Amino acid sequence: MLEIKNLHASVEGNQILKGINITIEPGEIHAIMGLNGSGKSTLANIISGSDKYEITKGEIIYKNNNLFDLNTEERALQGIFMSFQYPAVIPGVNNTYFLKAALNAKRKYQGDIELDAMDFMDLIKEKLKLLEMDESYLRRSVNAGFSGGEKKRNEILQMITLEPELAILDETDSGLDIDALKIIAKGVNDYRTDKKAFLVITHYQRLLNYIQPDVIHVLIDGKIVKSGGKELAVTLEEKGYQWLSDNSVK
Amino acid sequence: MSQVPQKSDSFKDREDKLIDDAINQDYKYGFVSDIEQEIIPPGLNEDVIRLISSKKNEPEWLLEWRLKSFKNWKKMIEPTWAKVEYPPIDFQAISYYAAPKEKKKLGSLDEVDPELLDTYNKLGIPLEEQKMLSNVAVDAVFDSVSVATTFKKELAKHGVIFMPFSEAVQKHPDLIKKYLGMAVPPADNFYSALNSAVFSDGSFVYIPKGVRCPMELSTYFRINASQTGQFERTLIVAEAGSHVSYLEGCTAPMRDENQLHAAVVELVAHKDANIKYSTVQNWYPGDKEGKGGIYNFVTKRGLCKGDNSKISWTQIETGSAITWKYPSVILKGDNSVGEFYSVAMTNNYQQADTGSKMIHIGKNTKSTIISKGISAGKSQNTYRGGVKIMKSAENARNFSQCDSILIGDKCGAHTFPYIDVRNPSAQMEHEATTSNIGEDQLFYCNQRGISTEDAVSMIVNGFCKEVFAELPMEFAVEAHKLMEISLEGSVG
Repeated sequence: MLEIKNLHASVEGNQILKGINITIEPGEIHAIMGLNGSGKSTLANIISGSDKYEITKGEIIYKNNNLFDLNTEERALQGIFMSFQYPAVIPGVNNTYFLKAALNAKRKYQGDIELDAMDFMDLIKEKLKLLEMDESYLRRSVNAGFSGGEKKRNEILQMITLEPELAILDETDSGLDIDALKIIAKGVNDYRTDKKAFLVITHYQRLLNYIQPDVIHVLIDGKIVKSGGKELAVTLEEKGYQWLSDNSVK
Repeated sequence: MSQVPQKSDSFKDREDKLIDDAINQDYKYGFVSDIEQEIIPPGLNEDVIRLISSKKNEPEWLLEWRLKSFKNWKKMIEPTWAKVEYPPIDFQAISYYAAPKEKKKLGSLDEVDPELLDTYNKLGIPLEEQKMLSNVAVDAVFDSVSVATTFKKELAKHGVIFMPFSEAVQKHPDLIKKYLGMAVPPADNFYSALNSAVFSDGSFVYIPKGVRCPMELSTYFRINASQTGQFERTLIVAEAGSHVSYLEGCTAPMRDENQLHAAVVELVAHKDANIKYSTVQNWYPGDKEGKGGIYNFVTKRGLCKGDNSKISWTQIETGSAITWKYPSVILKGDNSVGEFYSVAMTNNYQQADTGSKMIHIGKNTKSTIISKGISAGKSQNTYRGGVKIMKSAENARNFSQCDSILIGDKCGAHTFPYIDVRNPSAQMEHEATTSNIGEDQLFYCNQRGISTEDAVSMIVNGFCKEVFAELPMEFAVEAHKLMEISLEGSVG
């Protein structure tokens, strides 16, 4: 589904990614772990279509097409979704309106009939229940005055409503208490099928106890220094990242 | 490798296209109507004023009033304190009167020049009463004169007077004499003095005691003739316990020259009366290089004369090359309420200096100012407001909120709030914010599949929501559309 080949990227002249190779097949969950500044979020943003980065080398193939031929909006419409680490606040625009606009943009793109307000309300109320969210949320402005946990839950709500094929979860666990984490993990696990793929970006093993990855990649200084199964997370939790970065230097 | 340049190119291309579309979008109302007109040659002196007055068959006192205003005006100097820049105006190069030639006095709409009716139809304002979808009575002012007022009979049943100003001078001279200049004295400022000397027409509204006006009243102003100024005068009087909602819309053809529009609007609310005045101002803003466009120098003021009266101004300002306008309320009656809700949108080289004044005189008077400024292109958008609490205004309250949003990095937003409190019991609140439409907001919307254009429109509409909510339904829809047109592709 997604093939990242020898990806190099820089921002303002600083090389951030120095040759990333990852292949994600439908149904797989890949996790990227690494310290702050290792390039995890850069990778997520580049896949989503942020124009803040300069790609100096390499390519990304998404569903057999060159991803870089698509702008941000087209990537979203073709099934790429990012749960933001820091979702933007849009004062005055309520969640219902925003999410309905997003869903209908996608339905229109796919040639489906756009949902009217009634049908949309039925749909969204069902989704809210799955994430144990209160209906009052619908009347609030997009992310305005949301707590960290509410923002993350809102991102997952958008995900299960927009039904992407490739979901990138950028630090979705940060700032969550354990109960919220469990609810979000359940939302992700219920959403998982053999056609959908995930790229989960995280600092800690904690999230991976609830969302079990097929492959873990360790990113240090813009390079993947080790890939392995879920047991790798346990090793990282015990030993930290130091032993890997020493290896990479040698 | 070249993949990424490709990606950013396609993204950039799309943005460029959006901008191009917006720039190439014609000002929808920019056509000129071919109508035979009677125009007084450019220039301003006492003879011109006498001529205007005699064409309107005005009583002697009104001519005297005009001449006195003219004398005052000659002694005054153009105000320069506003944050707008323009070359000096040659007041002798302007024609002060233009009227569609009429064969005789118009009795009904059937006698109106079909070309004129066609003009208003093009503007989306059908004057034929049977075609009116909504409950709105319309007065149409074409250049200097009022050409048609609809629903006259229906209004007359309720004792409501809604007619061209010049007609009211003939039919209700006592009312005009009593109220003209009450809220805006002729010598109030340079432009009000000019207007008082040369005003041509406008609308007059009178709501009798206890009457709730059965429909929205609306005046549509259109400048058509070139090299003319438009100086209309609107006067609304609401007797004790009455209610009225009034809408004002304006457009003009596209011309390379700048045209002057210096109107005066006066509102008087007696005890327990309620006046709501809404404006959608869409005068020609000039082209993308800043050439042409209307100079909109307008004085609007309401007088809450009686206790418990209320005056509410709502304005959506998207047009004009230069806007200089401060709808105000004098809160004289005890417990009276003044409100000002404004959205001012500027793009390209437009300059707007607008806001409100609230003058608290009576006890327990309350005022609210909500101002939303949106600047795009190379425009400059200024909020200027004054809140004055006089010594007599025991327990006065004011709440002001001025928010600005910037689109792009070549425009400016400025806020000048003046506060003058002379009574210690006053409660004042002032909030102000300035923000950009952030790249992060646009990226977030794009990542959810929402186009940049839709995202900007969504963000701006969200920003203006509080003000749009104050508009009567028919205007709210129009305002939304207008904002979308004015905004299209303003993100670069």
